[in-house]
Amino acid sequence: MTAARPGGTRPPGLRLIRTNAELLVTPLIVVAGVVLLRANYNSADRSFADERALAWERNLRPQLEQHISLTLWSTILTVAIAVPLGILLTRASYRRLAGPVLAVATSGQAIPAFGLLVLAFAWLGSGPWTAIWALTFFTVLPVLRNTMVGLDQVSQPIIEAGRGMGLTRTQVLRQIELPLAVPIILAGVRTALVINVGMAALAYLIGGGGLGATISAGIQLSRDLVVITGAVMTALVALSIDWIAALIEKALRPRGL
Amino acid sequence: MSVLPAVPAPKIRLEGVGKIYPGSDTPAVEALDLDVPEGEILVLVGPSGCGKSTTLRLVNRMIEPTSGRILFDGEDVTSVNPDALRRRMGYVIQQIGLFPHQTIAQNVATVPRLLGWDKKRITERVDHLLDLTGLDPSIYRDRYPKELSGGQAQRVGVARALGADPEVLLMDEPFGAIDPITRDRLQNEFLRLQGEIEKTIVFVTHDIDEAIKMGDRIAILGERSVIRQFDTPERILAYPVDDFVSDFIGSGSTLKGLNFERVRDIEWNNDFPLAEVGSDPAEARRRLEASPETWLLVLDAEQRPLRWVNDRHLATAGVDLATAGPEVIAKVLPNATLHDCLEELLLSNAGQAVVVDERGRYQGIIDVDRLADVLKRMRSEAKKHYDALAEDPEAAS
Repeated sequence: MTAARPGGTRPPGLRLIRTNAELLVTPLIVVAGVVLLRANYNSADRSFADERALAWERNLRPQLEQHISLTLWSTILTVAIAVPLGILLTRASYRRLAGPVLAVATSGQAIPAFGLLVLAFAWLGSGPWTAIWALTFFTVLPVLRNTMVGLDQVSQPIIEAGRGMGLTRTQVLRQIELPLAVPIILAGVRTALVINVGMAALAYLIGGGGLGATISAGIQLSRDLVVITGAVMTALVALSIDWIAALIEKALRPRGL
Repeated sequence: MSVLPAVPAPKIRLEGVGKIYPGSDTPAVEALDLDVPEGEILVLVGPSGCGKSTTLRLVNRMIEPTSGRILFDGEDVTSVNPDALRRRMGYVIQQIGLFPHQTIAQNVATVPRLLGWDKKRITERVDHLLDLTGLDPSIYRDRYPKELSGGQAQRVGVARALGADPEVLLMDEPFGAIDPITRDRLQNEFLRLQGEIEKTIVFVTHDIDEAIKMGDRIAILGERSVIRQFDTPERILAYPVDDFVSDFIGSGSTLKGLNFERVRDIEWNNDFPLAEVGSDPAEARRRLEASPETWLLVLDAEQRPLRWVNDRHLATAGVDLATAGPEVIAKVLPNATLHDCLEELLLSNAGQAVVVDERGRYQGIIDVDRLADVLKRMRSEAKKHYDALAEDPEAAS
């Protein structure tokens, strides 16, 4: 293969930024948010309780790490469950199961997040893994549905051409259907990430940790500085994760589409 | 030249192949016997919904037949692994179905990759196929399907089907979704390509004109894919066996038959009255009067036809053969089809077409009676063929 096309030899990251200027907006907001948060903290009239609640090593950093890990693990589990399930339910022999399974997944999302956490607590006890499983159950639906839609929208003639040339069903799935469904599946994963990062703020209720603990402490202590710091940090984590997901979405989108 | 070449040995033979969908009483395809002769284009043509596409898809078992046997090179392939079978048969569909996330080169390399060819061989093969289908590899190799026009995409579709040099090509209305001008060009290019590659091809279309143009043989299919007539385009046009076929091929089919014979194949009128420019008009007049014709052809010094003159022109006092009478317009080369010849002839002032050689020199004359004779002969030959077939089905083929 010679005759590289313009843009083909440049590092992919550069090309991404060059053609997607809107991707620069989020990092700017996050950086500005961090700067403002620090400035606000430094200029505030801090009580001992404030300093204790917002202690970086003791509280904020572990909570931040927990928050991110809750989000990532629940999303990983969601993908691990929903994508294979979506593939299975779009195969001719299992398609009749699609209705019932979707109904269960929809119910998962219809239950209020809080109720779901409590149910999970009653069943699995307290701790981060309880929260992770609850989040997973909550976000299976968008990924499952997008996987099914993504696979179904691959046009029939493309599949027929593949089959007609002697690709097996598995080869058609791996070489044609899945690559073409990637953008839609990833959109579902991104939705799941965003839901999970928001719901992880409630995980503290069942001993799951996360930045929700700081917000809650601020409310109980009636300390605005603590509430604002916790809330803004949650928002910044959400924005950052969404931004990373957007980058991944762009990078994995097959060329030629 | 009236003897058609014998049917080559069948590359694919369908024996009683039929399809009944579960839950249906009437078969979608009635038990069908069909031979696809090696190295020829067999066109399956019929009205919409007659099951011709289904029939095509029974051949590579995209649809599994519910009865009968499929023989490929004499080997029963009714129950071999269908994926392996399909890799031996190229497949082109109307919607083309290029893989949008793969480059043109990757698309064309699909079957070679499946067969595990090495990289170098695949690259060479891809470039060769793109060349063959009229796409410059250095331009198109790394493009994506969305960057192609419909005509280019269909060329890639054909190149992809030829990927691993299959012996058989199945084409389901390959040019059906393409504008008429591009379609005509693609058809011509494909026929030229077929002249080189000589594949065994089954070609499905609903367009009788396309069938006549593309087919070495045509199977006209009725409902449930029942074969109504199976023959060369010439004979089908000359002698449709029943009303269904003659309705389907439509009016004007006899004239379409003129496409299959060329000027060089028929006898020209060689004793037409002629005169050379500068010769004596009185002598020319005597020659015209001695012949049954009403026109005399004036040639220039190099024997090229110049003008038509009749006795009225010649009777004019002081006539100059170089300027009298209408100019000769209708000239045909020996390799023109009789259909072209007829068109020229109808436009001609004298109702005659002049056959000329490559350098424009006079060879002979064709008039409308000769064309009518050809049509009558084609018709009677076809009829004789079918009469013989009715008496002794084995002998005639």
